[in-house]
Amino acid sequence: MSWFRDVAGEASKSLVTLGATTRFLVRVLIASPSVLLRGDLIIEQIFNTGTLSLVIIMLSGLFVGMVLGLQGFQLLQRFGSEEALGTAAAIGLVKELGPVITALLFAGRAGTALASEIGLMRATDQLSAMEMMAVDPIKRVIVPRFIGGIIAMPLLAAIFSMIGIYGAQLIGVQIMGVDSGSFWSQMRASVGLHDINEGIVKSCIFGVACSLIAVYEGYYSVPTAEGVGLATTRTVVTSAVVTLFLDYLITAAFS
Amino acid sequence: MRNSKGSRGLNLGTGLFVLLGFAALFFLTTQTTSRGISLESPPHYTVTAKFDNIGDLKVGAPVSIAGVEIGRVTRIDFDSRDYKAMVTMQLNDKYNQIPSDSDASIYTQGLLGGKFIGLTAGGSETYLKNNDQIDFTQSAFVLENLIGQLLANFSKGSTGGASDAAPSDAAAAPAASAAPAAKAAPAAKEKTK
Repeated sequence: MSWFRDVAGEASKSLVTLGATTRFLVRVLIASPSVLLRGDLIIEQIFNTGTLSLVIIMLSGLFVGMVLGLQGFQLLQRFGSEEALGTAAAIGLVKELGPVITALLFAGRAGTALASEIGLMRATDQLSAMEMMAVDPIKRVIVPRFIGGIIAMPLLAAIFSMIGIYGAQLIGVQIMGVDSGSFWSQMRASVGLHDINEGIVKSCIFGVACSLIAVYEGYYSVPTAEGVGLATTRTVVTSAVVTLFLDYLITAAFS
Repeated sequence: MRNSKGSRGLNLGTGLFVLLGFAALFFLTTQTTSRGISLESPPHYTVTAKFDNIGDLKVGAPVSIAGVEIGRVTRIDFDSRDYKAMVTMQLNDKYNQIPSDSDASIYTQGLLGGKFIGLTAGGSETYLKNNDQIDFTQSAFVLENLIGQLLANFSKGSTGGASDAAPSDAAAAPAASAAPAAKAAPAAKEKTK
């Protein structure tokens, strides 16, 4: 029966983590309104999570778009409807690939940076020092990073989708010879504002989830070198799983 | 805490990122959806054509002559006086020597692709000018109509053929000679066709 005890132990551990994360979210949300007045703190974090992630997001968006252009062209060519390439690339990028891949990259680039930064603050007792000085570390450290991540994420996803569409256009129109007018006109005819909305809603929710997981893992990391390493690893793994799970839920809710 | 120079660089970087992000959102909402604003328009002139049926021709579809793209469809209206579709297209100024009696037809790109307008040059000495109308048009080829016609022809053809063939066989039998029977057989065959 030892396996049963193992499974039950793991399940209860995950439940405890889920509950602790939810409580942490409530704490962060309660602390948020007063931090919104400290614009400089939030701008600094938008810079850290957004601007510094820009290069990896743009490069990945370009290559994902180019792959979509190539694969989509080869598939659509079999049915003699290469002109639908614009539609296929735009819908795929705006609704799915843009938000999801951006969230995964965001977890890898910005989430790990947040988790290890906060974890190191914990390991070097900086958070305790703040408490000593009657500075609430939740307000001073956690909330600006959380809000910065939430603001940066939808913007990063939009940039990803835009660059991706140009990547698909580059391959499809410039190299494979799909008609440029058909590429754009068919895209415009079949992409609606509701598709864009779905992408924005998705990226906002992923932004909340990935930022929360990163600051939570950092804040509650074991204050050792190993503990900080573990926290960054868990940030990436949990963010990826939660993102893909939420992606299914939101897609189901929108369809 | 932070010196002003570092803070300035930070604000600049953040500002650029946010600007780029909103530019991307603007691009997605205006350029990939139908509420788009067209950015590029080379020098062009406008001609119109009336079609009985345009199928699923869309605004932005290419206009070509001899397979070369020379313009775009910019507007599609319904003319309620003669119940026809009024298609406005912009043709590139480079191609301003298209005979005024040219013929405009709606074709399909590929088997399931979008529709486009193909012009066939006429023989007139005068050329199409701005705001001219193309008089000779040919409607879109609507797959459903064609299938419908085909099915109608099929059912009519087979029942008509059977009813025709029966009496001619009956007529051939009493005659009991080789010649009329041989004559009746090809006749019946021709009718079923």
